Amino acid sequence: MNTEIASDNTIYALSTPAGRGAVAIIRISGEKTTQAIDIITKNKVPPARQAAVRQLYNPQDGSVIDEALVLYFKAPHSYSGEDMAELHVHGGAAVIEETLAVLSRIDGLAPAEPGAFTRRAVLNGRFDLTRAEAVADLIDAETHAQKTQALRQLRGALGVLYGGWRERLERALAHLEADIEFADEDLLGGIGRAVLADVTALADEIRAHLAEGRGRALRDGVEIAIIGAPNVGKSSLLNQLAGREAAIVSARAGTTRDIIEVSMVIAGVPVVVADTAGLRAAGDEIEREGVRRATKRAAEADMKLFVFAPQEEADIDRPELWFHQEDLSEIQPDAQDVAIYNKSDLGAFDAIDKAQRDALEAQGFAPLLAAPLAVSAKTGDGMAALWAVLEARVSEAFGLSDHPALTRQRHKDALESALVALSRALDVPEDAGALELVAEDMRLAMREIGRITGAVDVEALLDIVFRDFCIGK
Amino acid sequence: MSHKTKFDVIVIGGGHAGCEAAAAAARMGADTLLLTHKIETIGEMSCNPAIGGVGKGHLVREIDALDGLMGRVADQAGIQFRLLNQRKGPAVRGPRAQADRKLYREAMQAEILNMENLTVIAAPVDDLEVTNGRATGVVAGDGVVYHAPATVLTTGTFLDGIIHLGTERTPAGRFGEAPAKKLSTRLYALDLALGRMKTGTPARLDATSIDYSVCEPQPGDEPPLPFSFMNSEIKVPQTICHITTTTEETQAIIAENIKKSPVYSGQIAGVGPRYCPALEDKVARFPDRQRHQVFLEPEGLDDDTVYPNGISTSLPRDIQDAFLRTIPGLENVRVKRYGYAIEYDYVDPRELDMTLQVKRLPGLYLAGQINGTTGYEEAAGQGLVAGLNAAQKAAGADVAKDAFILDRADAYIGVMIDDLVTRGVQEPYRMFTSRAEYRLTLRADNADQRLTPKGLAFGCVAAPRKAVFEAKISKLEAARSFAKAHNLTPNEAQKHGMNINSDGIRRNIIDLLGHPGASWAQLSSIWPEMQEWPAEIREQIETDAQYAGYLDRQSADIAAFRRDESLKLPQDFDYMQIEGMSNEVRQKLAATRPTTLGQAARLDGMTPAALTLLLHYARKNLQPARDAADGGR
Repeated sequence: MNTEIASDNTIYALSTPAGRGAVAIIRISGEKTTQAIDIITKNKVPPARQAAVRQLYNPQDGSVIDEALVLYFKAPHSYSGEDMAELHVHGGAAVIEETLAVLSRIDGLAPAEPGAFTRRAVLNGRFDLTRAEAVADLIDAETHAQKTQALRQLRGALGVLYGGWRERLERALAHLEADIEFADEDLLGGIGRAVLADVTALADEIRAHLAEGRGRALRDGVEIAIIGAPNVGKSSLLNQLAGREAAIVSARAGTTRDIIEVSMVIAGVPVVVADTAGLRAAGDEIEREGVRRATKRAAEADMKLFVFAPQEEADIDRPELWFHQEDLSEIQPDAQDVAIYNKSDLGAFDAIDKAQRDALEAQGFAPLLAAPLAVSAKTGDGMAALWAVLEARVSEAFGLSDHPALTRQRHKDALESALVALSRALDVPEDAGALELVAEDMRLAMREIGRITGAVDVEALLDIVFRDFCIGK
Repeated sequence: MSHKTKFDVIVIGGGHAGCEAAAAAARMGADTLLLTHKIETIGEMSCNPAIGGVGKGHLVREIDALDGLMGRVADQAGIQFRLLNQRKGPAVRGPRAQADRKLYREAMQAEILNMENLTVIAAPVDDLEVTNGRATGVVAGDGVVYHAPATVLTTGTFLDGIIHLGTERTPAGRFGEAPAKKLSTRLYALDLALGRMKTGTPARLDATSIDYSVCEPQPGDEPPLPFSFMNSEIKVPQTICHITTTTEETQAIIAENIKKSPVYSGQIAGVGPRYCPALEDKVARFPDRQRHQVFLEPEGLDDDTVYPNGISTSLPRDIQDAFLRTIPGLENVRVKRYGYAIEYDYVDPRELDMTLQVKRLPGLYLAGQINGTTGYEEAAGQGLVAGLNAAQKAAGADVAKDAFILDRADAYIGVMIDDLVTRGVQEPYRMFTSRAEYRLTLRADNADQRLTPKGLAFGCVAAPRKAVFEAKISKLEAARSFAKAHNLTPNEAQKHGMNINSDGIRRNIIDLLGHPGASWAQLSSIWPEMQEWPAEIREQIETDAQYAGYLDRQSADIAAFRRDESLKLPQDFDYMQIEGMSNEVRQKLAATRPTTLGQAARLDGMTPAALTLLLHYARKNLQPARDAADGGR
């Protein structure tokens, strides 16, 4: 947890619900508010409490981002009690993302932590007369998505990736600390600067990840992958989901020949649903490549829909064909995933064949199989129930009061700061002997990564030290 | 024996915590009574004969900066000084010294017995006197009741202490000394949260039976660097230590007999420190490691006892004899006293506030091992803080306003006490530099600049130190302003042979010292005045230069930390009335009673939402909090 309560950073955040409204409001609060407006509008700050139409510019190339309504509130007459501004922009993902990116590059501005606007309001005594429940509700609204651990927003591959970085950094730092703390003991087993080899590798990986730029990490929305054997009706299911009236669908070019993506909004959260190639063990070179990509995509997805079905009417009694579980060895089911029994028009779903079920359960599918959803993508039967389950799961797991673009911006900021610190750590010349400066920068890097994955306690470092080294005088 | 029974402050225990507490209270002008089992054991080093180290040395310097005793006493007793981590940077260098046990005790007793405002009486303490929910005095073993508005309790390992050696169990506070059993019963009766801890000590060896020719000699630094800012040299004759190692035979004997160790037979329930394990723990946990270092530390110049550091054990005597003789140099060793483990009571330090006062029994302060810590230096640091606050209490000061509290950005002592009272302990707590968030700022070399001004303002620093400190500061300021006022363009620097880019930036002496392309030799030949700087001034200027960017970042962090610490929480606050907060969080807050919002944030399980609610309530309920908050912004 970020323990800092008071802060003199200027903060910004998207304050309208995630999803696609016609208008999105980005709030800025803090001393540098007027400076930020100067930079992004290339114009003077409008008089307090008067709406003004302004062009928003990207100062890097001078291009226009959007035409926006700009409102300025002078301290202390604002929600937070500080200088504040609101930028009312058009509600498209690209505009929001670019505006946030421009703000993030202004010196002294940082993406708001959840609840930060209300915290500042409380700190500045803006709530002295209101009842406590009101404060609690406000904070709850601002922190909804981050009530539990930070990692929760990091399902799938990204969570594994960042968690892995954190562990490696933690170990390297612990070993450095051991070298510092136990100066007069012979700590066998490669310590101190030896750990820096892995830190070099880590810095390279973070750099490459950030450079990926428009890749997966920067895509807009929660990603759901539909996976299953060939001919279980994955594409029909996607068409059903996409065709639903409530869904706003925009065609998006598939990144590979084998994966079709459709963007939609579920429970107010932008979602990209990807239809992957059917999983099967056998097949020619091209087919195997398709399966490989599908598997990778499934592993990276935030949420997976496992589809199984009898392939034809004749197969209704042959559940071993419903799902080729040997192709699933690289895909781990998570709690938020959903198992779907398709083609319910061909026959009812019964208890699945025991041997098949045991095999799947051994791979971790037990919780999902306990309640598979029976649907028919062909007739539309059961789709309403599926939609309700998806809404519930998406909003529970990813219920973002926070726009995904802002979450990503926060992650990106944290990773960039971590990288700066790591690079500085690696720059300390070896003969300078200043191991404590290396450790200092690694601590800073650890703190930044901790903003994404949850903070690292000194006790955790000491645990590693005493696990890895025999210490004791 | 004195007939006087009324004092301002009573300190129970004459160990490292008790001595600092008594001396600190007396320095503040409080009429202080020190009650201890025996006058002769005041200042006894019960465990290893050494003071300082990485982290611990920082504590000693801090105690010294506040005019405490430990640094000055250690300088009169040190027989081998080493500055640890010399090859690393100044922030993690830790002064350490082997101490002559007798010289240390004598020097400490000379300080304590000759101190103004301090009465020393040899008597055990059996009970505390509690009046209207406050600690008002103590009952000595002879039945005499001594009264004081503030009492500091420093029991060390005496509180219901039990020594384990093989299968033998002996109630004792230290080898051959009676434990404090009745006092333990009293603390249990007060319903304080208590637990058991364990620590151990190795056998003591006869130096005349050791063959040093096969051991590696370990000399001290030349010249030795004193602990105290008041001392510029060490006058005690210096000696050397030796290093040997255990062998595969040692491992085999331990492994074979491990069940005979009370730790492994289940006889000991207390938690021992992971960083100071018994040899049997090392063998059990790292079976693949062929050898473990053994440091042969002399206990004194005219004492032929040797403390073999690294092989503490509670195995039976015959096994100790057997394994010791498998160690090179110890083939014919004679044991003077066998190693043992000791279990003792400690009080969960979350019962305490930042002044080390028991929250539920005002007037009672706890310091040292009773708070779950280990180490002389940790004990002394707590004793100092408890003693100062006890004196304030006795003087009737407004405790909320005039308490002596060090925070995490002030000192290692502050880090330690905040850790203890906020997080509690899971094993005996020892200081590590990793525990300090602001490690580059909290250095052993600048402890005086961090703390002496605070001590002067508080009134615990006497005139001689004030004079020494002010003289040093004026030299330092002069050197700093000289260094800032003199500069070179890249062009000029290059002419002097420095490797500096032609970036047009004019650099002063501090900038240049921090630049890898420039050296002290080059700069001091341009400005010969620099050669006049005393060594400690030069080192500090060089550290400033080397750490420049880092210290700037750290000051920004410290400013943020202090903003949260400035948001005070009322101590009588009813946490159960906060709506919209989970019961678990409410109970945690009610049990800990954090003093500041920053401390609340450091409790396990706090959420941003809970903190904001807390902030809201604190503001609503305590107007001064608002001023603190606004003032901090």
